[in-house]
Amino acid sequence: AHLDLKKIELYEMGWNLKDGLRECLVAAAPYGGPIALLKGHYRRSPSARPQLEIYSSSGLPLASFPWKSGVVKQLGWTVSDDLLCVQEDGTVLVYDLWGGFKRHFSMGNEVSQSQVLETKIFHSPYGTGVAILTGALRFTLATNIDDIKLRRLPEVPGLQEAPSCWAVLTQDRQSKVLVANGSQLFILDNTACTPVTPPGLSPQASSIVHMCVSFSYKYLALLTDSGHVWMGTSNLKEKLSEVDTKIKTPPKQMAWCRRPKSQQPSAVVMWDGLLIVVGECKETIQYHLDDDSVLVPELDGVRIISGTHHELLQEVPGACEEIFKIASMAPGALLLEAHKEYEKESQKADEYLREIKEQSLLSEAVRQCVEAAGHEHEPETQKTLLRAASFGKCFLSNFPPEQFVSMCRDLRVLNAVRDYTVGIPLTHTQFKQMTVQVLIDRLVYRKLYPLAIEVCRYLKTPEYQGVSRVLKHWACYKVQQKEESDEVIAKAVSVKLADAAGISYSEIATKAYESGRTELAIKLLEFEPRSGEQVPLLLKMKKSPLALSKAIESGDTDLVYTVVMYLKNELNRGDFFMMLRNQPVALSLYKQFCKHQEQDTLKDLFNQDDDHEELGNFYVKASYKDQRLEARVALLQSAVDEYYKAKNDFSAKTTEDEMRLLRFQRKLEEEKDEQLVGFSLQDTMTTLLSVGLHKHAEQLYKDFRVPDKRFWWLKLKALAEKEDWEELEKFGKTKKSPIGYLPFVEVCIKHHNKYEAKKYVSKVTPEQKVKAHLAVGDMEGAAEAAIERRNESEISTVLSRCSATTDHLLMERLNRAKATAVKK
Amino acid sequence: MAHTEWKDAPGLPDFSLLKRLARDQLIFLLEQLPGKKDLFIDADLMSPLDRIANVTILKQHEVDKLYKVELKPIVSSSDQLCFLIRPRIQTVKWISDLVNADKVAGRFRRYKIIFTPQKFYACETVLEEQGVYGDVTTDEWNFYILPLDDDILSLELPEFFRDNFLEGDQRWVTTAGSALRLLQSVYGSFSKVYGIGRCAKMVYESWRELMEDGEQRTRQPEFAKVFLVDRDVDFVTPLCSQVVYEGLVDDLFRIKCGSVEFGPDVTSSDKSIKVMLNSQDKVFSEIRNEHFSNVFGFLSQKAKNLQTAYDKRRGMDIQQMKAFVADELKGLKQEHRLLSLHIGASESMMKKKTKQDFQELLKTEHSLLEGFEIRECITYIEEHINRQVSMIDSLRLLCLLSITENGLLSKDYRSLKAQYLQSYGIEHLLTFANLRQLGLLEEQQAGETLTVMESKVGKLVNDKTVGKLTDAFSSLAKKSNFRALSKRLALVPKSGEEYDLRVPRDMAYVFSGAYIPLSCKLIEQVLERDGWTGMEEVTRMLNGQEFAVTGGSSSSEARSKTDAQRIVLVMFLGGCTFSEISALRFLGKERGCRFIVVTTAITNSSRLLEALLDNSA
Repeated sequence: AHLDLKKIELYEMGWNLKDGLRECLVAAAPYGGPIALLKGHYRRSPSARPQLEIYSSSGLPLASFPWKSGVVKQLGWTVSDDLLCVQEDGTVLVYDLWGGFKRHFSMGNEVSQSQVLETKIFHSPYGTGVAILTGALRFTLATNIDDIKLRRLPEVPGLQEAPSCWAVLTQDRQSKVLVANGSQLFILDNTACTPVTPPGLSPQASSIVHMCVSFSYKYLALLTDSGHVWMGTSNLKEKLSEVDTKIKTPPKQMAWCRRPKSQQPSAVVMWDGLLIVVGECKETIQYHLDDDSVLVPELDGVRIISGTHHELLQEVPGACEEIFKIASMAPGALLLEAHKEYEKESQKADEYLREIKEQSLLSEAVRQCVEAAGHEHEPETQKTLLRAASFGKCFLSNFPPEQFVSMCRDLRVLNAVRDYTVGIPLTHTQFKQMTVQVLIDRLVYRKLYPLAIEVCRYLKTPEYQGVSRVLKHWACYKVQQKEESDEVIAKAVSVKLADAAGISYSEIATKAYESGRTELAIKLLEFEPRSGEQVPLLLKMKKSPLALSKAIESGDTDLVYTVVMYLKNELNRGDFFMMLRNQPVALSLYKQFCKHQEQDTLKDLFNQDDDHEELGNFYVKASYKDQRLEARVALLQSAVDEYYKAKNDFSAKTTEDEMRLLRFQRKLEEEKDEQLVGFSLQDTMTTLLSVGLHKHAEQLYKDFRVPDKRFWWLKLKALAEKEDWEELEKFGKTKKSPIGYLPFVEVCIKHHNKYEAKKYVSKVTPEQKVKAHLAVGDMEGAAEAAIERRNESEISTVLSRCSATTDHLLMERLNRAKATAVKK
Repeated sequence: MAHTEWKDAPGLPDFSLLKRLARDQLIFLLEQLPGKKDLFIDADLMSPLDRIANVTILKQHEVDKLYKVELKPIVSSSDQLCFLIRPRIQTVKWISDLVNADKVAGRFRRYKIIFTPQKFYACETVLEEQGVYGDVTTDEWNFYILPLDDDILSLELPEFFRDNFLEGDQRWVTTAGSALRLLQSVYGSFSKVYGIGRCAKMVYESWRELMEDGEQRTRQPEFAKVFLVDRDVDFVTPLCSQVVYEGLVDDLFRIKCGSVEFGPDVTSSDKSIKVMLNSQDKVFSEIRNEHFSNVFGFLSQKAKNLQTAYDKRRGMDIQQMKAFVADELKGLKQEHRLLSLHIGASESMMKKKTKQDFQELLKTEHSLLEGFEIRECITYIEEHINRQVSMIDSLRLLCLLSITENGLLSKDYRSLKAQYLQSYGIEHLLTFANLRQLGLLEEQQAGETLTVMESKVGKLVNDKTVGKLTDAFSSLAKKSNFRALSKRLALVPKSGEEYDLRVPRDMAYVFSGAYIPLSCKLIEQVLERDGWTGMEEVTRMLNGQEFAVTGGSSSSEARSKTDAQRIVLVMFLGGCTFSEISALRFLGKERGCRFIVVTTAITNSSRLLEALLDNSA
């Protein structure tokens, strides 16, 4: 099998390095990420500090500053484009793309004691990891630097000095270390150190001098001191090929160059001035290097960065090979040819087309051209291929357009970000792996906001995930610009973000607050339409009164509660109450809470407000919760005092009455053994009368100035209830009844005593006579009374009660009287 | 009969969907606690729960025993306890005590609290303060709406009224907002929203925010308009004695969650019978909106018809008889059973209500509404109190008097209050304080000091602050302005005119032709004017806070002719009465539209006043 490679120049580097990459510690992030250089770190003189410089992939400077911390052993980039600097003592410093220090963390005591010997920074689905070989020849590893869990790996048996080479593998959802000690190979995982043998490794090797793992961790390449490169799967179960490089000096770097789904393995080995690519066949491909270079392994190739150039070395993709191979008869190649002829207005176009169509491969041809366009870096070539595809499409019905359309879009975006000024040399394969979301994140991280927005708009990313998100990041960056005034920034932010959907001003305000601009944060919060969102930050900024009023504005009681409870713990009691006093909604909420949880606080609240009325009510309420009489009276006394303070004489008097009543009831309870305490005045009197304690009832009647009417009703009912007719008659004669005598009649009837009832009929007032007579069933009397009064409606009432059979005569009389009454 | 279905009535949306949604979520929540568990249910959730998921369904999802929450120590032997409760501090505290008691006893159990319809931060605070936050898991059952009938949806939150209007606790506002949001998400958006009242405004705001947060669904709406109204806009209506059949049944027997228990005096047997009262009951659906004086006649006619239907049997051949038994008999039997129940109920009603007392009570109410012979009314009320007729009724009359008269004269107020306290105990001092706070029962202040102050302040400052100040003043002394409102809106028909209750001519029939419910009149006017224009005077007297908003969905012309445009959703915040529902049904029939009533709970005068009592701990 023959290996086809192509080397494309990505950029002529924009930096101006005097000594090239010599004596530099270099780290370049994958996916066309930034490049970090630490210059002169080998010179260990305090006078000349090393310089840390960060560039884009095209060599445009992003940051540069003198290195003031400890000795750096290794540089590396995280998956989110942060720079990691691993120091000799195991401290890892994290910087952002712009050289801003973010944080640092340590790789543990053991590392700092025995010092770092070698370091590797690796990426896995769990994030970015750091592996360290210490001076004590032990490995310490953290799989995810955002959630550090340090793991110390088991000892490697027989290891006396630094191993000849090692690498980190990710297998079975675990990070492992593969170590070569001479010709021996070990796999270290959490628990064990297992010796392994690569199948079919040529026996003449006495030592493995270099190794590298593919981007996907699936493949492994080993270089032996005999100059052989062994390539196989990383689980060491299968050998793919072995090639002799015929060079026995140890190389500077080695990397996999295989693209996904490729048929054959390929690895790149680099020595000073020489680059050798090994594949399946015996022959190797050699490139001459002019300059010190660095290999950056990518998903689908290797980037080669030198002091002056930036190149991409990759296996020629299948589609491109098919089309551009000399004398290719692949459908894509024919279509491209057909289109060329068509442009020339030659009839050969038709011949080519016919040839493709005869094999019914036209759709395949279109697909090939589209795919190949994706792999091409030159816009001109892309265009040629896409035009050919478009041309071919015209002769196809029902060809789904999505692939073509999305490829055009993708390429437009890719060409934009590959531009020298942006410097993100992504291949189409990488772009698809990375996703648009991440690309936008990276653009945002590089502060390329307008481009990011353009990309979002162009790709029609939903506003919420696209434009709005970019604008939010922009705003968060904007608020940190110290040189501009609060007003200017707030205005700029509000103007830009005005009509963007789903913007959270509170997030931006939080950023402003974090960078020490409280006033700006408050200004920004004003733009937040959802007042609920403003509250947590306001609390954080200790703007509690504002937080409280915003919470109330939101109408969300839970939010108000949150603030109230926060304030309760934060402020002293007095201030807390004062604040509540100005916010009735919060106050009533808190009162509700106190009613169940803290009765005493409730009292304090009323006290603070001098709300004597409420205090009075509070004591009254408390009084009937208490069982003991003394306590009740005492509480009522407090209520009386408060009511007087509140100038509510009525309530005070009533409460005093109640106290008197309670004492009276108590006394009587003791004397007469009747259950009375707690009864209302009415019930007390009723009870007394029903047990015959008339004197005492009378006393209450007088003492409490009970209206006559009430007392008469009450006594009347009580006596009738007891059927004490004698007493009732006596009572009726004591004085003129204030309620008249009709009630006497009715009550007696109700208790089925017509005899007694009749006694009172005569006493009833003339207006009620008819009713009284009717009540006792005396039709004659009723008729008499009605006729006497010459009242038409009364006569009618009596008439309606008469029965035609028995009261015949009476009815005649009544009708006559009615006639005269009407006449009058 | 007057209120049977009319032709061309717009169809109502299918609300049983809401029940299904609630049931599915409840089952999901129960399954979150796998294994056998005992379920403790808040007492007032039992009936609503029964409408959603009966005991069989609960048992299917491994509920072992069911208990009512009684705030007492429990006797469950289960290792898993599940509490289905309203978010009340008291209940949560009780649960905390249980957990702590178990801890002391060294007993290990799993506890899960399901709050419905939502969780409140205050409840979680209690769990935290009691030190059991980590021991219990909490969840929310978003059971916002219980469809009581085809056109009645209830939030089943009786405490809404007291919490919101008396305690000033607005915690339920978001609940009401969420309920509307739920309706909207299931049945489509509304083209227009009207409302009046502080709470209505807040509910609308909360709803709007929820809408903005969530995704917008554009679909054919099933309602056209929404009207939100606060209970405190109209206190008069719920304070009046109800005289339409459904209202009267509620006043006398208390309808609970759409069903009523008829006692032995109605069933004329020795046991009580529980009946569902809704449009499924063919007899009831024909008489529910009728004035009770018509009901008896109708029922006897119905009985005759039924007899005729039974009589059809005679002279049938075998085939016909078979068909009759298969198709009709069951229906007839059912109708028969219901008919005899309703006859029993109306008999019992007539017995109570045609008595002299009731007539006099109604007469007094009507006088108060009309505003004459006030002195006589006061005497009547005094006697009512003195004779210990009924604690609630006396209070109701006092409130009615105060609202219609803009407060009581100081002398009357004090004497009546003293009488009342003598009758029912001094604890009612607190009840009176509550009633005053709500503006239900007030003492007239000497002079009109407040209005004077208001206008003075109004001259000094002229922007939002005035509104706020006026708000503050009006909450100090809420003027009912009933008399003026009644005049302007013609709520009380001219006296002396005969009113034929068999052929109602306006909504006043629900109060024997004496009064058109204010709330319903407002709705009628606003729908007619498509807004509040021209009603400035009225809204000013009602303390303002009115609004009319055009909904998010652009009402395209194409839709205007659909049924949906003729369906109006009315939400009562703080409860609504059956009389109001009957009045709206009448209005709908007159206007060729249908009203769907959403209420925080069904209320009546007793429930309204009982919520304000403060005579127990």
